[in-house]
Amino acid sequence: MDTKNLKVVNRRALKMDALGLACGEPVFTDDVDLNGMLYGRILWSPYAHARIKNIDTREAERVPGVKAVLTYKNVPRVPHTTAGQGYPEPSPYDTYILDNKMRFVGDRVAAVAAETPEAAEEALKLIKVEYEILPAVFDTFEAMRDGAPVIHDEEDSKNIPDAKHNIAARFEFEVKNGKWFGDADFVVERTYRMPYLQHCAIEPHTVITSFDHFGRLVIRTSTQVPFHVRRIVAQALKMPVKKIRVIKPRIGGGFGSKQEILLEDVTAALSLKTGKPVKIEYTRRETFISSRTRHPAAVRLKTGVRKDGTITDAEMDIVLNTGAYGSHALTVMMCSGSHTIPMYKVKNNIKFTGRSVYTNLPVSGAYRGYGATQGFFAWESQMDIMAEKIGMDPVEFRKMNYIRLGEGSPVFKAMGEGREGVEQVITSIGLYDGIEAGLKAAGWQAKKEKYKGQTGPVRRGLGMACMMQGSGIPEVDMASATIKMNEDGSFNLMVGAADLGTGSDTILAQIAAEVLGVKAGDLVVYSSDTDLTPFDVGAYASSTTFISGNAVKKTAEKVRDMILAVGAKILGRQKEDLRLENGRVVAKDGASCGLSEVANTSLYYYDQHQIIASASHYAHTSPPPFAANFAEVEVDMETGRIKILDYVSCVDCGTAINPELAEGQNDGAVLNGIGHTLSEEMEFSANGTPLNASFRRYKIFNTADMPPIRTILIPTYEPNGPFGAKSVSEIGINGPLPAVANAVYNAAGIRLFDAPFTPEKVRAAIKNSKGKK
Amino acid sequence: MKKKTTGLEAVNGVFEISLGVNGAKRTFAVKNTEFLLDALRRYGYKGAKKGCDTGDCGSCTVIFNGKPALACLIPAFTAHGAAITTIEGLGTVRDPHPLQEAFVEAGAVQCGFCIPGMILSSKHLLDVNPEPSEEEIKKYLDGNLCRCTGYVKQIKAVKAAAKKLRGKGRVSGV
Repeated sequence: MDTKNLKVVNRRALKMDALGLACGEPVFTDDVDLNGMLYGRILWSPYAHARIKNIDTREAERVPGVKAVLTYKNVPRVPHTTAGQGYPEPSPYDTYILDNKMRFVGDRVAAVAAETPEAAEEALKLIKVEYEILPAVFDTFEAMRDGAPVIHDEEDSKNIPDAKHNIAARFEFEVKNGKWFGDADFVVERTYRMPYLQHCAIEPHTVITSFDHFGRLVIRTSTQVPFHVRRIVAQALKMPVKKIRVIKPRIGGGFGSKQEILLEDVTAALSLKTGKPVKIEYTRRETFISSRTRHPAAVRLKTGVRKDGTITDAEMDIVLNTGAYGSHALTVMMCSGSHTIPMYKVKNNIKFTGRSVYTNLPVSGAYRGYGATQGFFAWESQMDIMAEKIGMDPVEFRKMNYIRLGEGSPVFKAMGEGREGVEQVITSIGLYDGIEAGLKAAGWQAKKEKYKGQTGPVRRGLGMACMMQGSGIPEVDMASATIKMNEDGSFNLMVGAADLGTGSDTILAQIAAEVLGVKAGDLVVYSSDTDLTPFDVGAYASSTTFISGNAVKKTAEKVRDMILAVGAKILGRQKEDLRLENGRVVAKDGASCGLSEVANTSLYYYDQHQIIASASHYAHTSPPPFAANFAEVEVDMETGRIKILDYVSCVDCGTAINPELAEGQNDGAVLNGIGHTLSEEMEFSANGTPLNASFRRYKIFNTADMPPIRTILIPTYEPNGPFGAKSVSEIGINGPLPAVANAVYNAAGIRLFDAPFTPEKVRAAIKNSKGKK
Repeated sequence: MKKKTTGLEAVNGVFEISLGVNGAKRTFAVKNTEFLLDALRRYGYKGAKKGCDTGDCGSCTVIFNGKPALACLIPAFTAHGAAITTIEGLGTVRDPHPLQEAFVEAGAVQCGFCIPGMILSSKHLLDVNPEPSEEEIKKYLDGNLCRCTGYVKQIKAVKAAAKKLRGKGRVSGV
């Protein structure tokens, strides 16, 4: 199969919402004003671990304009997870709308709704709280020890495997085909660390709740998971799902932080209490502290390798810090292994051990890469270390070992997301071409030669890394779509898929247009409103192009059939002899009629019916995209400063439905990964108070900082994907850490294990390496 | 509190200020503690976005008396007598500015939250430097954060818009 004859898919199409966004149209959650809307504010815990002994809200309630004050005493207590995942969620049910126990600095104490923001702020100050301060624990290894403070000592939480040792999730898996490391010439064991990182979507999470004319709760929210929001809010507030409508307007970026119920429950509770619309928007500081973060990780990787380049054994042990609650605790941890270990063939033994551990720090959650980022930092650094041990070129070593077309891995079956996985083989892979294209674009060979034997104070080097991700969660994720035809031959496409700025509305329209023989602009797309669009699990796990795209394709095929049936009557031809092309039904003999004639016939003249269809998609595989990344760096041996001079990222995402948008996804993922590599890290005081919860002090890359980034799409054809497509959104973030670490080693002879690679750490590593010589 | 030069006087902590927004004369009632971003949004100019409220992200950028400024850092009452251009004043879906078109055509708009600020900064850059180099664009836009795009296509868009505007002999659009 190829893409030669495609007319809309794999072709340029402008992102359909781009002009409105560029003109500042009021399309985000916060851009509407509702009559009589109240302003919600939340009182946050100043302590990392404490119990409320007494809370007095009487004075706060007396502030003029204050309409409601909520505490744990007057909201339903239902253990739930905030993770927006398929039901039943594999995350522990350890969260309450409000609780009498505080588990991190930034945990919810109380919520206020008032007529003005000032009154709400004033009320917060007047809530009197008497705390019993409890010993806190911030280190995952400390937290697992006997006698450590128990963060979830409440009796009604569910699915916590070992609350006493603060273990929110654990998983083990082993394939044993011989003596461990018995066949290895070298054994390498290293531990790689990543800190707390924040998504930094530029739109802070915002929710407006109100009531419709039936008295139903309407939740307008910047979410990636509208249907999960509806279900979890219903659960937490003990309401029937039918009483809730969730609307997803345009979203200002998410990257996983909005795959979560963050404010929807408490905002809804304030509306229910007051009977009025309520808005809560996070400040940037609150976004840093009280939304979600990437799980900090310690990944211990022990691998065996033979002199001939065979990887004999792999033992991966990961400890994640899930913070105060176990949102995505099991699944991120499992993906750190399931998305990385299958990348290379391991001949004999594989073992994965994972634990996600509670601490009194902010809550970790889903973040682009979803564990694979942490896992690939370890794996792709270790691949270079192993290659050096056996004296093999690191590129050749990877080429020799990466998973091939038609091959599977025991890991696919053993490790799913929160449960057993699904057996699969690789059905498309462009990694070889990606590596070749990247070597060429990076000028690898010549530069490697040129940079040999440098002794100066500023040294250059190159490094590379390969990675994979998934395309949705097999046998878990489901998406659906509805298409209906209008008089002029245009169509409404209603999808549950949640475009959060990625352009999924546009690419889904392209898929439908390709099937229906029309232009993408002939599809009017409406996405993700639980009243008006069919179900979709939401925008996460790199699922939209693959899962939702297939659902749209199936739906369009059904509609095509209905159109052809009407066309056959109009033209007096057999349906089998008809096709859709350029907005017309065309017969083999050249007879044709326009789509508007078909629509008008079906709506007004003959055998009247609405041409409309729905379809769902659910997949038994999750075809991985593959990527090869190449970094060229300069290391200042005196200051320890790393500068990235060039970054090339080659991605096999199957057929790029919209090449420009696919490139944009990868460019953004790469720069985010570069931030992780060089500058980003959330810092905390000794008592767990966040120290740099602002863009001024948590450094994300801007235009002046950015290195040249080149994304090169490597076309392949994935037989299970819509028109050969796989996912593209997450994979790019996994590359920069290992590619830069390898390049720094090449330049300066130092190996970095602890992200981010700040000048202080680089200087220390340089000093350390000199000491050894 | 009195401002000598303007004669502006707060009544119960509220100033009535007159200003020009996108070429129209407007009167805003603003609290003495309020910042321009909140006032603009309250009066319907939703194109100015609140990404941080601390002057760090650039999403609230407006053209204030001819120069890009962060509306979240400007006390609203000081806008009395000012001329302000928000993204709504630069162009509309029916009649977009070449910069807005260039951002769309380059695929530079992902979530779009940072884009109004980014475009207004770019507008001023092209007003003062119609032919900026890539380095100059990067340097000038360093106050407008974006987490979606990696900036690659945005820089391309500014270059394309510069070319287009030079071709039209139209530099100052507003």
